[in-house]
Amino acid sequence: MSTLVEIRNLSKVYTRGKQKIEVLHHIDLDIAKGDFLALMGPSGSGKTTLLNLIGGLDTPSQGSLSVGGQRIDSLGEGALAKWRSEHVGFVFQFYNLLPMLTAQKNVELPLLLTKLSAAQRKQNAAIALKLVDLADRATHKPTELSGGQQQRVAIARAIVSDPDLLVCDEPTGDLDRQSAQQVLELLQMLNRDHGKTIIMVTHDPKAAEFASHTLHLDKGTLVEQATQV
Amino acid sequence: MKYLHLVWAALFRRKTRTFFTIASVLAAFLLFGLLDSVRTAFAQASESVAGANRILTMSRISFTMSLPQSLLARIQAVPGVKEVAYANWFGGVYQDPKNFFANEAVSENFFSVYSDFVVPPEQLAAFRNTRTGAIVGEALAQKYGWKIGDKIPLQATIFPQKDGSNAWTFDLVGIYRVADPKEKNNEQAMFFNWKYFDEARQFGNGAIGWYIEKVDDPANADRIANAIDAISANSDHETKTQSENAFTRSFVSQFADIGLIVAGIMSAVFFTLILLTGNTMAQAVRERIPELAILKTLGFSNPGVLALVLAESVLLVLLGGLAGIALAAVVVPAMSVHASGLLPDNVRPNTWALGIGLMLAIGLVVGVLPALRGMHLKIVDALAGR
Ligand SMILES: Nc1ncnc2c1ncn2[C@@H]1O[C@H](COP(=O)(O)OP(=O)(O)O)[C@@H](O)[C@H]1O
Ligand SMILES: [Mg+2]
Repeated sequence: MSTLVEIRNLSKVYTRGKQKIEVLHHIDLDIAKGDFLALMGPSGSGKTTLLNLIGGLDTPSQGSLSVGGQRIDSLGEGALAKWRSEHVGFVFQFYNLLPMLTAQKNVELPLLLTKLSAAQRKQNAAIALKLVDLADRATHKPTELSGGQQQRVAIARAIVSDPDLLVCDEPTGDLDRQSAQQVLELLQMLNRDHGKTIIMVTHDPKAAEFASHTLHLDKGTLVEQATQV
Repeated sequence: MKYLHLVWAALFRRKTRTFFTIASVLAAFLLFGLLDSVRTAFAQASESVAGANRILTMSRISFTMSLPQSLLARIQAVPGVKEVAYANWFGGVYQDPKNFFANEAVSENFFSVYSDFVVPPEQLAAFRNTRTGAIVGEALAQKYGWKIGDKIPLQATIFPQKDGSNAWTFDLVGIYRVADPKEKNNEQAMFFNWKYFDEARQFGNGAIGWYIEKVDDPANADRIANAIDAISANSDHETKTQSENAFTRSFVSQFADIGLIVAGIMSAVFFTLILLTGNTMAQAVRERIPELAILKTLGFSNPGVLALVLAESVLLVLLGGLAGIALAAVVVPAMSVHASGLLPDNVRPNTWALGIGLMLAIGLVVGVLPALRGMHLKIVDALAGR
């Protein structure tokens, strides 16, 4: 299997005033294309920081990071934004949908940045909503949906532009068991049937079971290396 | 354009707040539409008199400066002038200074030049034959319950009688009517014999306030006006001949610099508006930082986010502003018929253009700081609520 994400000697230092906090220490990690990886670890261990770096939301202080063969650690802000729009889908704990827009319009958002026509945007968003089994909720606003439904809309938004990589930061952290189960099955299906590479941060060992394997992060260091690459 | 629904949704995220902000913008631009229309009317005081069949000649220096009687014959001799009347402002007060109405001493042929002020022939004859005779507009007569035969006392404010007394008494001999309902406000004046006024006044005898010329062809009005003003060129009583509406504006300009007043009021209004809408926009963006962070996460560029917020604030001001000027465009024509030329017949294109320019400028000014804030937000911090 080929490698999608290649991380070498990656460090992240936050500067707060005069104080420097190194949050990630010299991380080496390869993530295979088609993997479904669960990232666990205590609160404050740097999971979100690592996920944000892989998703191109932030840039490392040191080391190299390539995704799909492209170095993203040295991209400027504008280039990184364009790269994100083409290659990564994001799912967050609190769904982060725009409250004023319908489910359909929320899912269409990433497509506004493409050259697709209005009709094509509409069609693609409808397909994505169908995939998450919410075609009948297309015209609903986020406040008219349950947490689980909102998270599935967020997943539809994450996959609508067909990225290779999904990064999910505690996607079930705010959901009841049943909704969490639905969301996890959905992610599993996207991984299995659609070949999406998924990196999921979670606190919940039950959630991690849906992944193909699990990595643990502690105080900014990986305590177990991936067994298979 | 495909982003418009995003801007729109953001704008109406807080409906009540947006509604009140738009209402204030509307009020400010309604006021702007009205005041700038007044200013426009005054700025055009030197407009052409072409098309007028009646023009007025007054002192170029000031409405309060009088003109020599000797001009009468020379104006009458100007080709194209059919008839010349003249008048003096009396400024008398009826019972109480609150009861303001125009009262003027006029030449015998005044109602012939003002043929739209209709007086029954026998009343007109009585006016000529009664030294102290006066004619008032029907609306004014109704207001004070005056009937023909009444004695009307006026207290002089400028011109005492020869014996020093300010008490003048006139005999009401006629009532004029204006046929055109749009001109009914012209029925609010009182006219009396210039000859009586001139003989009885203590000073200024022989001096004329202004001349009124009836021209043979409105198309020649410009040429005639120039010829009349040429008579007194380089004299100590240079004249300005203009249309009636321009005359009214010159009259009001004696008391106030309209342009300065309008600019002063509007500066205060727009300053307040900028603080108010600026506050709305700052609040709106502060609340939406996580949403803007999501847009950036999805790949919206920094300039893109900047443009979205600026578009939002410009749209906010445009919605209120265009509605405000549109409302002014309804009000101005309705008021204009009663405004004796102090308002144009409608909101002029230059007022629209200036207004839209101001809306864009205000929109950008109030949007720029929130937009920069949105643009510079760090995604990872905003998502973590830092
Ligand atoms: N922008 C930042 N500035 C300063 N410190 C930060 C910043 N982001 C994260 N941190 C710190 O880095 C550590 C790891 O944070 P995070 O990656 O969010 O942990 P986790 O997701 O594992 O709970 C924490 O101690 C956090 O306070
Ligand atoms: Mg975290």
